[in-house]
Amino acid sequence: MNEHGSARSERLTREDAAYVARLARVDLTEDELDLYAGQLAAVLDHAAQVAAIATSGVEPTAHTLPLRNVLRDDVVRPSLEREEVLAQAPRAEDGRFWVPRILGESP
Amino acid sequence: MSVEAWEPVVGLEVHCELKTATKLFCGCRNAFGDEPNTNICPVCLGLPGSLPVLNVKAVELAMFIGNALHCEIRPSLFHRKNYFYPDMPKDYQISQYDEPINVNGWLELPDGQRVGIVRAHMEEDTGKTSHMGGGGRIHDADHALVDYNRAGVPLVEIVSAPDIRSAAQARRYVEELRAILMAIRASDGRMEEGSLRVDANVSVRAGRTDELGTRCEVKNLNSLRSLARAIEHETERQVSLLEAGEPVLQQTRHWDEQAQKTVALRSKEEAFDYRYFPEPDLVLVAPGPDWQYQVALCLPPMPAERRAKLTELLGAGGPTAAQVDQVATVVALGLDTLVVEAASSGIEVPLALARTANEAAADADRAREVDRAAYGTLLRMEQEGMLTPTQAKAVLADLFENGGHPADIARRKGFEALGAGTVVAAVADVVSAHPEEWARYCQGEDKLVGFFTGLVMQATDKKANGKEVAAELRRLRG
Ligand SMILES: [Zn+2]
Repeated sequence: MNEHGSARSERLTREDAAYVARLARVDLTEDELDLYAGQLAAVLDHAAQVAAIATSGVEPTAHTLPLRNVLRDDVVRPSLEREEVLAQAPRAEDGRFWVPRILGESP
Repeated sequence: MSVEAWEPVVGLEVHCELKTATKLFCGCRNAFGDEPNTNICPVCLGLPGSLPVLNVKAVELAMFIGNALHCEIRPSLFHRKNYFYPDMPKDYQISQYDEPINVNGWLELPDGQRVGIVRAHMEEDTGKTSHMGGGGRIHDADHALVDYNRAGVPLVEIVSAPDIRSAAQARRYVEELRAILMAIRASDGRMEEGSLRVDANVSVRAGRTDELGTRCEVKNLNSLRSLARAIEHETERQVSLLEAGEPVLQQTRHWDEQAQKTVALRSKEEAFDYRYFPEPDLVLVAPGPDWQYQVALCLPPMPAERRAKLTELLGAGGPTAAQVDQVATVVALGLDTLVVEAASSGIEVPLALARTANEAAADADRAREVDRAAYGTLLRMEQEGMLTPTQAKAVLADLFENGGHPADIARRKGFEALGAGTVVAAVADVVSAHPEEWARYCQGEDKLVGFFTGLVMQATDKKANGKEVAAELRRLRG
């Protein structure tokens, strides 16, 4: 988007859709990629219609709710029972969640 | 070209865990060292339907940090930083992105040098991952275990400008920042427990050009020592690459404490694309003028001001080099009020400073809680010769550990002050047993005071007071 908030000029490509799928760790077949690239592009085109509205002089909005500073006091509330939580995990060991071998560092 | 012709250019990112009672977005306890996964709830586990609510204390501490670092405090927003890694059960971290709460500040080092602060923003900490098998090394491990007690703990990330020009200066910056964070009670300053973590962005440039080189980010710096060593090593590595005509690659590198060098992490298939987007479940945080004024009003004296106060107490002679270090230590550990209070009750400042910078500093956590009157009494007993320095130190250690009254502790330890007659007799014995040394002392060889004092100490089982012994020797010499 440019500084006036107008939408991108070019349509979402099949490569864009493949990239988004990879980021989201979604494995798509070639047929699915064709299907979803088209659907996703249609959604973005629909959202792009707001670009047609004249917005000069309208304050940028951070949030749709007319609220700010929603805060809670720093007071401890009971946590969940560990055994109950770990029982719902695929695997646990030694009071901790068991996860498969990790490749690479934390981002 | 030699290394001297190159200059490191360093910017630091310091992650500070805030000392709140609860996490950033839920009421789970924020505590180090609890049993794994005992401080977790639907919010910090990212269970469907749970909603984050921001902790007011975390916002206030972030504002204290902004104030102390002379930042502009602004209306701010939270974003989701998306990535797949098991240290966050939600698969995203809530962090402030393009609208951080604090921007454009500075920190002044004790030598007057200023380091710019680009931003200091709020975010949540991640869980703790332990790699199991393969000696704990990430690539050889066969699985990992995750503890989410730390997931959601409030952090402020303080990003400096690339204004730092040496490993020593980087160290001074972190020391000063740590002292400030402890002064405002935002942090406990415990680097070894990870409550203060430092990443360094290091590049090198030749001479005084304005052009910045390619930078590497060095992670895993868990102590001031490893911070300094990592910057030195990384500077040398980049310089030798450039001198060999090879490029420096932009990388994230890990400080290997055992090998004492930085190593590249496995190269990434693609740059991280975090797909930041505004966190829809949180609204704008915009502290109004009243709240900002309150925080500014409550800002305690900063370390620089407190060092100046102690230096002033030392008086006209000015501090010796050793006293400059003592002042820095005492203030960094938050023990300076012990010295100030002792001084105001008539204790000599150099004595109060030395005991505080050495004995109290060695047991700082307990020394901060010590009964002030008892501490003053102990110093007075030493000042008035009722205890020798060695005895005073032993009583102090006991006082910090068990409390009580210094006079009782001294009595229990058998530290009754020796009568003046005992010292006189012991000195006379020692002098008559060493006529040769005595003659030299009488001819002006003053350093022999140490020799005689040592012998008197032996003879009196260390109960004699060094000052009294020296005075008796001077009296005998006439
Ligand atoms: Zn929680």
